[in-house]
Amino acid sequence: MNKIFLPVLLALTLSACGTTPDTQATVEDRTGATATTATTAGPAGGAESTGLDGAGVAGSALPGDQYAGDPRKDPASPLSRRSVHFDFDSYVVKPEYRPMLEAHASYLQSKRDARVILQGNADERGSREYNLALGQKRAEAVRRALAVLGVSDAQMEAISFGEEKPRNEANTEAAHAENRRTDVVYADE
Amino acid sequence: MLRAVLYFPLLCLALLSVTFSARGAMEIQVIGGAASKIAVAMVPFQAAPGQPEPALPRIAGDDLERSGQFRLVDVTGMQQPVAPAQVNYGVWRGKGADALVIGQVAALPGGRFEVRFYLLDVIKQTQLAAFSYTITAAQWRATAHQIADIVYEKLTGIPGAFSSRIAYVQKQGKRFELRVADADGQNPRTVVRSNEPVISPRFSPDGARVVYVSFEDRKPVVYVQSLRDGGRSQVAAFKGSNSAPAWAPDGRRLAVVLTRDQASQIYLINADGSGLTRLTRGGNLDTEPVFSPDGQSIYFTSDRGGSAQIYRVAAKGGEPRRVTFSGGYNVSPAVSPDGRNLAYISREDGRFSVVLHELASGQTRVLTDTARDESPSFAPNGQAVLYATVQGGRGVLGTVSLDGKTRTRLSESGVDAREPAWGP
Repeated sequence: MNKIFLPVLLALTLSACGTTPDTQATVEDRTGATATTATTAGPAGGAESTGLDGAGVAGSALPGDQYAGDPRKDPASPLSRRSVHFDFDSYVVKPEYRPMLEAHASYLQSKRDARVILQGNADERGSREYNLALGQKRAEAVRRALAVLGVSDAQMEAISFGEEKPRNEANTEAAHAENRRTDVVYADE
Repeated sequence: MLRAVLYFPLLCLALLSVTFSARGAMEIQVIGGAASKIAVAMVPFQAAPGQPEPALPRIAGDDLERSGQFRLVDVTGMQQPVAPAQVNYGVWRGKGADALVIGQVAALPGGRFEVRFYLLDVIKQTQLAAFSYTITAAQWRATAHQIADIVYEKLTGIPGAFSSRIAYVQKQGKRFELRVADADGQNPRTVVRSNEPVISPRFSPDGARVVYVSFEDRKPVVYVQSLRDGGRSQVAAFKGSNSAPAWAPDGRRLAVVLTRDQASQIYLINADGSGLTRLTRGGNLDTEPVFSPDGQSIYFTSDRGGSAQIYRVAAKGGEPRRVTFSGGYNVSPAVSPDGRNLAYISREDGRFSVVLHELASGQTRVLTDTARDESPSFAPNGQAVLYATVQGGRGVLGTVSLDGKTRTRLSESGVDAREPAWGP
């Protein structure tokens, strides 16, 4: 499994450049609300993740139900790692994130009612809308990696915050690198 | 005959920098200007007791000066006619004036005012325009902008855009406000308040509604909101991200970018959220759609060629054709009202600037000298481009004329302004 992870990811990344199914859809998901005031602010939005960034942690996923508390919060578990960082102008999930994503895939397969939101982000340089689309590419890369590991589409949503919710607001290369990432956030968190 | 004034020798003001006092929310700064300007004397109108401040000729004069095409003649110490019969043309000609604006304000019962104004051609000693308005105090600034529009059109032959409005997003701390203001940045009104980001506001073609992207639902969702009653609805809240809305010229359809089929792709949707159809296909990144004024084409940004470039596709679908070829990053297209020019953001040596691109010839011109420009949009009369940039570490709004020679700043102290859009 581990050996094929990167090649499969690359293949999927490439295949994304192919066609996606054409759709003549009608409106779905339309909440259709006609609120008359415009002051609603989402529930805390853009949940802070508790990722331990940096080098990959060795070890494989453990079944979530061995923990007394919420296994996703156990600092010893790769499930507590939530951020996937990307190189400049890159949308490829690096191999160091394999253990972390395997752990989340196992958890999601063991809890079929669990749902994750993959929140892509971009650095602040350039157009806000273009950066929103770049963040989406990063979210989509992680979504595909989890799909390869067997997570069902219904359990995942890839969205983007673009440059709008930077973790580091400085205008430095280090800050930009910190902001080029996808966060794995569970819907019930 | 209206153009006659333009041909008269005018004072050359190669570089002019005027800071108007901050009479309200925004400070306006004009940098540079056309080499030859029309000299207009804005004579104080006969005042009425209780009339609002500042005076009408002052507001209209600021408008004209901001366009870069006018120079205001100093009227202090001059005779101040309030009706055409009182005008001594020789005196004004001696002051270098090409045109003269005079008028009267009279108080009416019920807090209303009657405004009369006259535009006179000093050279030919003729009347170019005369109008009267019966207004409330609340219509004061709007009346001044209308006077400026009339003066501008009579003297340049091009409709004015001083009565139009702009929308922008203001960030203060962690709070975001979508605001609508007059084209001079005054009279700002907040139409959306949120603790989450708001981006990409666009006026509907009739100016009655605004579409924007809000992150209040923990992801980008497209909302349409009435500017009359504030009522709003979600137009696109599909799985994934929903963003980059653009109105079709008929005001009934929108182009939006959705990721419901994975990659960011352009779709068309009715303004009530019905009738979704997909426009672009493939796994590339397509975003920032904008309609041509005739509604037949859509310009958009795509990475399909390996770098961010602008493409055009028929609004009914088909094969997109590339529009920009130079440089590695051309984004955020805006189309001029006559459909002949694009304005967009181009990156060159790490600097992001506003570029004007004539579609017929492919010729381009860099309009700005700032390094972090974003979100260009054309004035309704096509004579200037509104954009966002960063100055002193915070976001400010600016306008630039199509020749790049006149730039203005609309800025408010202590806040970050971004994501501007020029509306009707």
